[in-house]
Parts: sequence; C-alpha cells; structure tokens
Amino acid sequence: MENIKRRYTLAECTMTEYVSTTPGLYPLPDWAKDDLSHLKGHQKHDLISGDEGEDITAVYEEARDEVIGVQQDAGLDRIVEGQLRWDDMLAHPLAVADAVETRGIVRYYDNNNFYREPVVTDDLAATGDVASELEAAADLTDGDALQAVLPGPYSLADLATDEHYGDDSDFLAAIADFLADEADAFPDVETLFLLEPSLVENVPDDGEDERASEAIDQVASAVDADVVVQPYWGALEEKVYAHLLDADIDAVGFDFVSNQDDNLYNIQEYGTTDDVALGLADGQNTLVEDPEAIRDRVEWVEGQLPTTDFETVYLTTNTETFYLPYAKYVEKLEVLAEAADLAEVTAA
Amino acid sequence: MSENKDQFRPEDHENDHFLLTSVVGSYPKPKWLNRAKELYEDDEADFDEDNWQEAKDDAARVITNEHERAGLDTVVDGEMRRNEMVEFFAHRIDGYEFNGPVKVWGHNYFDKPSVVSEVEYDESWLVDEYRFTASATDRPVKVPITGPYTLASWAFNEAYEDDAELAYALADLVNEEIEKLVDAGARYIQIDEPALATTPDDHAIVGEALERIVADIPEEVRIGLHVCYGDYSRIYPEILEFPVDEFDLELANGDYEQLDVFKDPEFTADLALGVTDVHVAEVESVEQIEENIKKGLEIVPPEQLVVSPDCGLKLLPREVAYGKMENMVQAARNVEADLDAGNIDIERETPTPADD
Repeated sequence: MENIKRRYTLAECTMTEYVSTTPGLYPLPDWAKDDLSHLKGHQKHDLISGDEGEDITAVYEEARDEVIGVQQDAGLDRIVEGQLRWDDMLAHPLAVADAVETRGIVRYYDNNNFYREPVVTDDLAATGDVASELEAAADLTDGDALQAVLPGPYSLADLATDEHYGDDSDFLAAIADFLADEADAFPDVETLFLLEPSLVENVPDDGEDERASEAIDQVASAVDADVVVQPYWGALEEKVYAHLLDADIDAVGFDFVSNQDDNLYNIQEYGTTDDVALGLADGQNTLVEDPEAIRDRVEWVEGQLPTTDFETVYLTTNTETFYLPYAKYVEKLEVLAEAADLAEVTAA
Repeated sequence: MSENKDQFRPEDHENDHFLLTSVVGSYPKPKWLNRAKELYEDDEADFDEDNWQEAKDDAARVITNEHERAGLDTVVDGEMRRNEMVEFFAHRIDGYEFNGPVKVWGHNYFDKPSVVSEVEYDESWLVDEYRFTASATDRPVKVPITGPYTLASWAFNEAYEDDAELAYALADLVNEEIEKLVDAGARYIQIDEPALATTPDDHAIVGEALERIVADIPEEVRIGLHVCYGDYSRIYPEILEFPVDEFDLELANGDYEQLDVFKDPEFTADLALGVTDVHVAEVESVEQIEENIKKGLEIVPPEQLVVSPDCGLKLLPREVAYGKMENMVQAARNVEADLDAGNIDIERETPTPADD
C-alpha cells in the first residue's frame, strides 16, 4: 500500500524531471562483433561462461568504453554498462552461475534470436559477475549517474529450466534470492532497471502474480537506488499490474510502442507509481523517431492521466536495443536524450 | 492431390510408381568459390566482376551436375549465387536498405535489411539463374524463392502499417517474378517460408500472400511451400487451404515425432517429406531412408509423395551432402520397386470426418 500513500502525498506542483535512459543490452560495435567472432567462435560452447581470457576481456573493455562514450556523447541522463557480454541476453546472470548448465539453443521470446537454455541443477549462488561489470563501468562514467540492469526475477525464472528446486514457487524464490544477492554486491548506482518481459509474454496465473510481485520487491530492496520495473511487448494484465504496484518500486515502465490502450487503461484504472518509465522509442525498429514526436507522445500520455505530476519520467526505448544495427542504436540514444531535453523545456 | 507431378517423371524411369526426388535448394559451396569471393572483395587482388561471374557460373554448373550424378529427378544449382535467403532478394528489390549486421545468437549475425519505402520490382531476381541452370542440365530445374512473409518478417519495417501489409506488397512482387520464371520455362517453384514456423499464428497472412503469389500462374506450374523447424500442429490443418501443390516439411530431424499431426484430417496436398536430417553430418543408410520414406506413406498414398531432405544441405560437408542425396535417391527407387511388387502394405488411418 505504500505506493498509494506516496501518490497522495505528492506536492501539488512538483516539477517533473525527465530522465533519458535505456534498458541496456546494447549491440556490440561492428568491429567488436568481428573481433569476438574470431576470438570466441560461432558455436554454443564458445559463448560467455564468466571466465573468459585476457584477449576476449580486452575486446569487451574497449567496447564497453565505446558504448559508455556513445551514451555520454548523446547526453543520456543515465549511463548503463551496455551488457555487451550478455550473449544469452536476459538469461546471462544464470548462464555464468555455477549451479547452472547451459544446454541447447532456444528461442528468445517471439524473436529471431536464440540463447542457451540455462538449467539450474543445484543451489544457486550469486557470482558477482554483474557487479564487476558495473564496477568497470563506474570507472568510466566520470561521475555521470550509473544505471544497473538485471532481468526481473519472474522473467529470469521463465527463461530458465529448474531441475533442482522442484516447485515453481520455490524456484522463483531461489531466483529472487540469487538476484538480490547479485544486486547487493553492486557498487553505488543511481537507478536499477529490472526487465520483466515475461510478465507480458507468459502471464503469471493466480497466486503466481502475487509471488512475482514479492520477488520483485525482494530484489528491489537489495539496492539503495531508484528501481524501475519494465515489462514489454505489450501491457500487463490488470491483476498482474495491480500486484506489481504492491512491490516497493519507484517506477513501472510502460511499452507504449507495442500497446497504448491497455497501458493507459491500467494507469487510469489503477494509478501508478510516483515515477514512470515511458517506452516511446522502438528498440526493435530501425525507423528513428523524431525527438519532437517523442516529446509529443510524453505530453499525450500525460494528457490522458488524471494526475500528471510525476516526480520523474524516464524516457526510454521499450525493449533492449541489441536487435538494431549499431549505427541505428546510436541514433536512438541521441533521440531519447534530445526528447528529454525538449520535454524539460516544455514542462518549464 | 496435384496433377502436375508426372511431368517430372524421367522418360526412362524404371518403376511404375514414381516418388519424385528433389532437394530444398541450398548446397555446400565449393571451397574455391569462397576463395574466389574473398579475392573479389579484396581491392588489392586482380580479380574483377567478370572473374567473379565466371566463378559463380562454374560453381552452378558443378553443383547442378552433382545433383544429376546423385540421380535427382529435379535439380537446383545449390543456390551458388545466393549469400543468404533474405539479403539476396532484399538487394534486388527497391525499397530495402542495409544498415549493418544484427545478432541472431552468440556471434552469429545477419545483415537484416530495413524496408524504408514502398517495395517495387526492379531487375529480375532469378530468371538469369534459372536460365543458366536449365541450360546446364537436361533435368527439370526447381527454383526456390524466399517467400514474402519471411522477406517481411526478417526485415525492419519502417514503411508499412504492419508486417502483413508489407508481406502482401512483397507477394505481388513474387508473383511478378514467378510469371517471368514461368515465361522462361520454369515449371517447379518452391516458396520458402521459415518465418512461419516462428510465428505460426500468422498462417492466415501466409495464406493470403500465397493467393497473391499464384494469381494467374498456370496450373501446370508446380508450387511448393517449404516450412521447417516449428510446431506443425499450430499450422495444421489450416495450411491445407493454401493454394499450393505440395508442402515440403522437415520431419527427419525430430525423428517423425510430428508425423501424427498430419494424419487427421486427411492430408489432401502432395507431401514432400524430409527423409534425411541436415543437422547430422553422417549419411543415413539407404535402408534407414527407406524406412523414413515409408513414414510418408502413413500420411499420403505414393502418388502424393515427394522425397526430399529436411532442409537446405548447405551447412554439411560437401561429401556428406552428396552421400545423403545419393542414398535418398536409391532409397526412393527401392521403395518404388517394392510398391510395384506389392511388397509394401501400409495402412493409412481413416481420419475422422471434418465437422463442416
């Protein structure tokens, strides 16, 4: 109920802060695609296991440096590490964990993308893999606000196969513990994005929706940062959304690229968090939006709502951006940064 | 059942029964062709456009001949001139542009194009390829074309309302190309729609696209549809409504686990059955392939059966690809002889009558 309380204690004329950011999981720069293809190979046993050698590490370091520079040059308000090592996309944190076997290549949601199926065969323990990436990123951000990215616990459990815990709710709880421990090891970050596409793509049933919310709450509580939970590829079902609002999170993300009506309905019907993330730029299409168009969409969304006084509005792509050719991804970031500046000006 | 299969029966065919043998299309490229491509792309090398064209012509002749030697009733040039199944066509259609590689998985990338304006027919895509192959062999030539749904789905769509609209626009272009191929003499066209396997709920879009593709194409032109690596129960029996003569399906890879899907309701089209697994780099024995062919007879009578590998052979070592074709043809001939002799008695289940 904390969110409801917070909603009504908002000052009447809060100045909204517009924050440009992304959900991370960037495409590799093209030179790094080539270098890593040669260094690592093309087969499934060639993918990241968490103990890669010096040559490979060096390529990733240079690529990380580059994508952090891209974000700084674009003027994004939050800088992500880029998750360039996440060969298995959102399943990455498990793919590098000890109690996990990576098996066959399986489809990544409804995309023409594939990841290695992570099969949990023993007690999960955090690896610190994501924390060490963030530490490396923190050294490069020159004091700009750093944003962490993790799969939400429901999505990570959904992407994985359990051969150890034996029960869906026990498995989800174990994944939540695992992610909370990973998050607990993070260096200081301003924001944490928890990506939860499975909440849309594989709707949790009765009881599971509540447990998903509790699991998210647990991971969110592990960091001293603003936590944004971003579902995508549609809108949440009403009950799932209502349960999500019970979690102690700062913002829910809405994929307005793929579904406007149901997302608006949820906000109008159930209210929302003090902060929101608006997925307004399409992370899966090379068509680059105009910054003005994004700004107009922000105003349009705000115009549809009973309360428009959000403390923070995150402007972001709806999805990860690794689907895009590198040059188009760079353009998308520039547009988001510019749109946030325009929104700031308009609001003032 | 389609009436246009018998035109591919060789004059000297030795059995009364005829199980048309074919391939899906792609075939391993000779190593020297890849080397020639490197030279062609190397600015320093003395290897010009004419040299590159000659290399591709040579490769097309060699592979067409290899298909002949394996004994196939219908041959392909192994798609020697094509790099990838979407890129090749996107380069030839106005409206597409390329912005760089995108990830498929791990470090496997693909130059996923963007449709940035209305797609339009410009130069012909495959007529030269067909003419060349047809001149290099006496056997009938099959022409594989990537289907409009896959051309739409595996591109970024910047220009059309949705992927269905884009697929329909592309279907009109495929229709135009097939008309030209038919004018040039082609009688066997295969539409490849692997994207349907990933988004089976879109089967109605593929159906509508196929209606556009076959508009005004004469009946004697055999049209096949190849769909691979998916859950066929999600598109069957709906695909039976598609206006095609033959469905080319991958079933050996899954050890015919999905065979029962096609038993009810009755399979009314021709079945081009995958009888060798293209993901196993070992040549199946003739006996094994005979058993696989007989699986097809559980679905359709011999008149409706065509024999083919699961999918394109291009990822296999070349000698393995050849061995699979050779054994496949031998197996087909053996099964034909057994059918002639009345030695095969396979009961097809009587499907439950449809509700409507």
